Amino acid sequence: MITAERKPMEELIECLRPYHRILLVGCNECVTVCSAGGRKEVGILSSALQMAFMKEGKTLDVKEITLERQCDPEYVEELVTHIDQAEAVMSMACGCGVQEIAGRFKSKPVFPALNTTFMGASERQGVWVERCQGCGECVLALTGGICPIARCAKQLLNGPCGGSTNGKCEVDPDIDCAWQLIWDRLKALGLEDRYEDNIAAKDWRTGRGGGPRKIIREDLVK
Amino acid sequence: MKTESVLEKVFASGELAVTSECGPPRGALAEKIIEKAKMLQGYVDAVNVTDNQTAMVRMSSFAACVFIKQLGMDPILQMVTRDRNRLAMQADILGAYAHGIDIMLCLSGDHPHFGDHPMAANVHDIDSVQFVQMVRDMRDKGRFQGGDEILNPPKMYIGAAANPFADPFELRVARLAKKIKAGTDFIQTQCIYNLDKFEKWMDGVRDRGLHEKVNIMAGITPMKTVGMARYMKKRVPGMDVPDELIKRMAGVPKEKQADEGIKISIEAIERLKEVEGVKGFHIMAIEWEQKVPEIVERAGLLPRPKEFS
Repeated sequence: MITAERKPMEELIECLRPYHRILLVGCNECVTVCSAGGRKEVGILSSALQMAFMKEGKTLDVKEITLERQCDPEYVEELVTHIDQAEAVMSMACGCGVQEIAGRFKSKPVFPALNTTFMGASERQGVWVERCQGCGECVLALTGGICPIARCAKQLLNGPCGGSTNGKCEVDPDIDCAWQLIWDRLKALGLEDRYEDNIAAKDWRTGRGGGPRKIIREDLVK
Repeated sequence: MKTESVLEKVFASGELAVTSECGPPRGALAEKIIEKAKMLQGYVDAVNVTDNQTAMVRMSSFAACVFIKQLGMDPILQMVTRDRNRLAMQADILGAYAHGIDIMLCLSGDHPHFGDHPMAANVHDIDSVQFVQMVRDMRDKGRFQGGDEILNPPKMYIGAAANPFADPFELRVARLAKKIKAGTDFIQTQCIYNLDKFEKWMDGVRDRGLHEKVNIMAGITPMKTVGMARYMKKRVPGMDVPDELIKRMAGVPKEKQADEGIKISIEAIERLKEVEGVKGFHIMAIEWEQKVPEIVERAGLLPRPKEFS
């Protein structure tokens, strides 16, 4: 999933200071799963914003809506009936959702309520960890199913640096050394020999190196 | 011979090679680097020049190398993948070689987390193994990493680092093998304090015959104080300082600790000379360059061969 965290309240209040009526839009996908921008978080933020405004002797009229998916135009279209009543929109989706709304409603200011962080997985209750950087050319087949691009602080493709200590990364003892994990896994699979295959320099064009990316599926394009 | 470099010639002669290092200044101070390098003149075959070491901004390794070259000495251009993408790296390699710098050390570099710009973007376009491969292909194939032909390819003598003390230990010989496969000519190791562990690593290196494919230089760093020993043990990732050594340093009065540190280094060199496959010593006296001549002399590594440079 795409993970996100809510921005500090002060920053959100600052964005909304000039307005009296806003749409607060949640998303029922990734940000619901990571408890950052689903229906529940929309309700909590809505109350918090209204209270903050009241404290300053002002009012804020908040219309709460949580869309099935903010990154999909057909769901964003559901905002049409509400958009005119609002002076501004605050989106609780990832950056994709924020931009989808901004692209659809060109004359309406849209503010992000979240900082979109990474593509990751849920490690345990309340903890999410980065797992993928979307490099566009997956190397997991070579590295025992553990991604050194997303999980090594130096994105090394050919083994651990000299700072790997007791299975931990030199940057932070709370971070597992990706190459220790890869090595343990290759051993468990009986694939130790594979470690000595030198992995060639990566072609970053499939990642951000080639500029903004697009997928066109000719079989699906109408 | 692959290159015209002094280091390749020293190794070929069968003599133990000696290198040391200079950290460039944190300012536009030519005299600082010249002063440090002059302390080493005549005592080492070549001088490593660090590249934003510990991820702190310093005068560029390339510029400092040029100053050292102008003294008639042989600099080793250190370069890390942290700060430059492959275009910038290759551009600097061409420039350095055009200035007569023909030895380099290819590293990934300390993470910015440790330095004075923790907010900087990490480049890491390529890793240290791919870096070695790139410099080798520039030299032997005359091709840029992107595939185009190079006019007058740089003939760099290529070094890489090895840390026998980092984890997982069982992978450390294999990691060396990958760097050799990529084209490393020489290796400079992490500072060695745990000699037993280093020798165990060397056993693994010899078992695979890797000591015949690459010239391994043992890394030596004299400790100034017991405080430094403790700091290295606790705070420097991938450093293995045995407790006996800390006890030994702590067991002498403060004003004698520096001498004890030098003595420990000399004893280490004497012992490591006997290890088959050790072809030289890389003496990293951090901000203590003035002690290198004494260490080299007392360790019996003088005179340095003059005919190669």
